[in-house]
Amino acid sequence: MSGERLAGAEMVIKALSDQGVDVVFGYPGGAVLPIYDALFKQNAVRHILVRHEQAAVHAAEGYARTTGKVGVVLVTSGPGATNAVTGLTDALMDSIPIVCLTGQVPTHLIGNDAFQEADTTGITRPCTKHNYLVKSIGDLPRIMHEAFYVARTGRPGPVVVDLPKDILFATGEYSGPQSVVHKSYRPQTTPDPARIEEALALLAAAKRPIFYGGGGLINAGRRASELFAELVRATDYPCTLTLMGLGAFPASDPHFLGMLGMHGTFEANHAMHDCDLMVAVGARFDDRVTGKISAFSPGSKKIHIDIDPSSINKNVRIDVPIVGDAALVLEALLTGWKARKAKPDRAALKSWWSRIEEWRKRDCLRYARSNDVIKPQYAIERLYKATRGRDVYITTEVGQHQMWAAQFFKFEEPYRWMTSGGLGTMGYGLPAAMGVQIAHPEGLVIDIAGEASILMNIQEMSTLCQYRLPVKVFILNNEYMGMVRQWQELLHGGRYSESYTAALPDFVKLAEAFGGVGLRATKVSELDDVIGEMLAVEKPVIADICVDKFENCFPMIPSGAAHNEMLLGPQDEARKPVSEEGMVLV
Amino acid sequence: MTEPVERHTIAVLVDNEPGILARVIGLFSGRGYNIESLTVAETDRANNLSRITIVTSGTSMIIEQIKAQLLRLVPVHRVRDLTIEGPHVERELALIKMASTGPARVESLRLADIFRAKVVDATTESFVFELTGSTEKLNAFITLMEPLGLADVSRTGVVAISRGPGSF
Repeated sequence: MSGERLAGAEMVIKALSDQGVDVVFGYPGGAVLPIYDALFKQNAVRHILVRHEQAAVHAAEGYARTTGKVGVVLVTSGPGATNAVTGLTDALMDSIPIVCLTGQVPTHLIGNDAFQEADTTGITRPCTKHNYLVKSIGDLPRIMHEAFYVARTGRPGPVVVDLPKDILFATGEYSGPQSVVHKSYRPQTTPDPARIEEALALLAAAKRPIFYGGGGLINAGRRASELFAELVRATDYPCTLTLMGLGAFPASDPHFLGMLGMHGTFEANHAMHDCDLMVAVGARFDDRVTGKISAFSPGSKKIHIDIDPSSINKNVRIDVPIVGDAALVLEALLTGWKARKAKPDRAALKSWWSRIEEWRKRDCLRYARSNDVIKPQYAIERLYKATRGRDVYITTEVGQHQMWAAQFFKFEEPYRWMTSGGLGTMGYGLPAAMGVQIAHPEGLVIDIAGEASILMNIQEMSTLCQYRLPVKVFILNNEYMGMVRQWQELLHGGRYSESYTAALPDFVKLAEAFGGVGLRATKVSELDDVIGEMLAVEKPVIADICVDKFENCFPMIPSGAAHNEMLLGPQDEARKPVSEEGMVLV
Repeated sequence: MTEPVERHTIAVLVDNEPGILARVIGLFSGRGYNIESLTVAETDRANNLSRITIVTSGTSMIIEQIKAQLLRLVPVHRVRDLTIEGPHVERELALIKMASTGPARVESLRLADIFRAKVVDATTESFVFELTGSTEKLNAFITLMEPLGLADVSRTGVVAISRGPGSF
């Protein structure tokens, strides 16, 4: 393989195909024309032409999140690169492996304020895991392979490779992926056995334990989720998952208490608050999960399993930190648990479960049903029912609809739920769904959206139609930026400043204008038919579900409050005003 | 129940490549960590490595975060917290310009002698002193110079190395 002489642009494509890349999401421009020329002359790598570079990154994220592979993006210099920044930041926050190739002006023009020049490595330094500017053709093959290695190794993340145009034209010697060994980057994957022993001792002694899994479980591969489930069942301890972790443990299993955090379930949050042992796996104690940090699970010992040492002891003090790959750590714990025939205090565990059952009885996701207006929760429940037995993948935008989707759509396995957790990027869902549909051409891919979010990347309907990707966009249309409106109701005296969209497009006509199918439900009686039709159509569909405009998302931990101070419904809002301290929190 | 703030000297071994300093500084500014001083220079030409010495302060949890975050940067090879890893030597160099005549000029020269500062430039109305030592020693000397016609100060920031035979 090595020794082959190629032009820089050909090397880029060769490196992609040697890295097992079969699809690239991109948008051409002056600086990357040589790569597009090289793409044109081959069949190994497929290119999906998006309509905006932000969408290219989100599509690659969706693809990466559902396959476990590295998602690849190709954009031009200047605006191409700056448009990609939101997507890169999103991928960094959610630890999604992405390689983003950006064009750059030729090396001799760098720094001259040339046409479509931007300091891409400077701009993307804080929003990538790592980035490279290729200054010599001799470095190109190594950097390409290193980029993939860095993106997928350890805690995954986005890597930018900035490619000046003269490098793409230059000729050099290509070398394959095997030839590249990174100088220094080797994250620890095998856990320290002493820590495993400490963790096992705590696990055996626990009276009120809980497992808390996050997106890292999914990043660690399917086996990690399986081992997590085995360990939860072997111990008979309860478990909860973060927004990013949904699917890592089957939602139908009685050990699952639902999602935790700001809009998590009453039982999950109370169990987190009252537990005496918390085992966090691939989760990062985000403020959306912990609520008020000083009141977070005050009486518990905490074990934290993470591949990234900087996640440990960042927000919350940890008693037993275990650095390593989740699958390897869980395997060691499971083996240790079985070998030691540890006998936890069954009586204590029984009483712990009975407390959990009491919390469960609150039925915290209950909402006021209506025959007059479609409740958004009801719409998702019906969608969930209608998609049973189908090979279904869900993406979301950001806001109330996202939280309702997380609460009411149940996931039995990983890789089926794609959402923007850390950055909270409106406009994520549609392009992400595009990437998921590319990965699973026969799958049923649904973007559960809000009418505000969807407009942020609506142009990708055009891409969906071009590639005949039958993504379904299920809009819960309440004409408001619902989560903004909910916070204004809670915190700002109901002054709905700029959260109402006074001129929305006709989504049915909009879908048709793009070449897709538009459907609308305004009455409860129409909902099931619209869902049925949406699922039956083999084209991109926008289903405009006109829902209750004033429904709020509950349960809710108001900002600045603790896990055991949840609002369960509108009746609680007035009773528990948000503290001044909480007001300033996001 | 506020935790005490500690001052730590951290040595970081990094690939000597463009942007590495920006990465380190960006990490500190982006995450709101404190930099008291930072020095950097290539120290191993054969392996293309640079050594960065950072003096920072924070609670023990923040210091632990800083080290973990530094180690997360891909071109970082090693991070050592000299403050907790045992005895080490810290030195800083300062160039101190005095513009004075008469008794003040004589007094500054006399004090420089006591502090073992070297005169590296002299005119009839100025001196430049070179002084090496701990940060505290440099601070003390500069304070003494202030009323005597202190005109300019340039300091390197702290460089540090562990005592004994162990290497990085």
